[in-house]
Amino acid sequence: MNPINDLLNIIGGFIAGIINSIFSFSPFLADAITMGLAAIILCTFAALSFMGLTYAERKVVARIQDRVGPNQAGPLGLLQPIADGIKMFTKEDTTPAAADRWVYNLAPLVIAVFALTTYAVLPFAPGVVGTNLNIGVFYVLAIGSGSIVAIIMAGWGSNNKYALLGAFRTVAQLVGYEVPMLLNVLPVVMLAGSMGLIDIIDHQTLANGNAGIPFLLFFPLSAVVFLISGIAETARSPFDLLEAESEIVAGFHVEYSGMKFALFFLGEYVNALAVAFVFSTLFLGGFAGPILPPYIWLLLKAGAVFTIFMWLRGTLPRVRIDQMHNLNWKFFVPLSIVHLILVIILLKVFVTSPAQQAATGGILVDAWVQAAIMFVASALTLIAGLGLAARRARISRLAEEDVLARRRAENMATAGAA
Amino acid sequence: MIVTAALLMGVTLIAASLLRPKKPSKAKLETYECGMETVGDTWVQFRVQYYVLALVFVVFDIEAVLLFPIAVAFNALPWLAVINLILFILILLIALLYAWRKGALDWE
Repeated sequence: MNPINDLLNIIGGFIAGIINSIFSFSPFLADAITMGLAAIILCTFAALSFMGLTYAERKVVARIQDRVGPNQAGPLGLLQPIADGIKMFTKEDTTPAAADRWVYNLAPLVIAVFALTTYAVLPFAPGVVGTNLNIGVFYVLAIGSGSIVAIIMAGWGSNNKYALLGAFRTVAQLVGYEVPMLLNVLPVVMLAGSMGLIDIIDHQTLANGNAGIPFLLFFPLSAVVFLISGIAETARSPFDLLEAESEIVAGFHVEYSGMKFALFFLGEYVNALAVAFVFSTLFLGGFAGPILPPYIWLLLKAGAVFTIFMWLRGTLPRVRIDQMHNLNWKFFVPLSIVHLILVIILLKVFVTSPAQQAATGGILVDAWVQAAIMFVASALTLIAGLGLAARRARISRLAEEDVLARRRAENMATAGAA
Repeated sequence: MIVTAALLMGVTLIAASLLRPKKPSKAKLETYECGMETVGDTWVQFRVQYYVLALVFVVFDIEAVLLFPIAVAFNALPWLAVINLILFILILLIALLYAWRKGALDWE
């Protein structure tokens, strides 16, 4: 299809051929080694992108805050991640005497492993994917929630009050934002009729007689809610309550230093990048795009999503814990459920294929018309939800102000009497 | 993938443990609490709110697990199944509203 992709496939085939001929006595061993090699490449990619991302994020956030950012190590500070790495490697690493040693030392390993394992199913180009699982979306969401285990391990194992508080907050937050995320992947799965990430991308291209419309145009509400829940899931600012420095020092990783701290950091960034990749796969069409090679398209899309993450981090203050829970349980979840019901009905009423019309009835429309109808419905739901929430917030704010005013008047009266 | 990731990260940890200095002292090994001495046990009772939220989460997570297979087969569903599906989701919506009314979702 395009030269770079072919070249990669040829190299991959060549290496696989060598391995197969060397280990010809045991096909199982050959398979295992091939998969191991692929896994090493994926892990290296993730770890390298982590180094790049820390640099990019520091530069971008610095620019937003009118600073220069790292500029000492190497040209433009480009060697900063390497300097950080050397520092992390040679730092002394303490295990508090009161800590639960096993749990404490295993936690950073667990979080890094769960973060890296997500990359096994992400499709980078046609044919370039760790394993094309037919339950890809499900796998990503399930593995993504594995970091919760690591965080509670770290918080509990440290035997530190700040760490435990941070871990509790995290679990409540991550567990909560899982729900809107799941509910907003459902419309995409319904439309694509598959949970495999490759199938979902195919549905957004011109292949197999599809119209080539990114799912963002079908479900803008799902995209917005998924993006915000994704930020909360990876516990990035403005949802970084678990490491609120002004309240609980650094949350669950208070006691960690050196390489173990670095692994927590790696887990966070690699997870955030995975969310960016999954978002571009589900809603922006993944590697599909004209002219440019698929890798470039995927990196461009994921990079754009990650830029939004950095932008939000640089501009928004941290939310309060009750605001965070209210946003999730009283806004995102009900809104997503209503949206889901709407999507179910509309997808059954307006169908695109004659075979489907013959099977279950409905009105036969063009894919673009279907997209337009879905877009209008989804956007209207979002606007209506925002309007309702704004009204509720206004009412509660007015009530609060009322109470305050009455209290002030009472104080004045007692002061006057005295 | 899991094995490789674990191996790679394990090697990093071990390499770091060979490289770094190791000079533990009593003050260093104390639990960090901004310089104060720790009072009492860390592993104490926690807010019941976390438990309630976790329960609500379990309900919705299982719901999602049940909905995913239906979503995959969505294009072939007859209308009766679709109505059942909507009823199922509506019951969950009502459950959410009930939890909301009961104050399970409030955080003070």
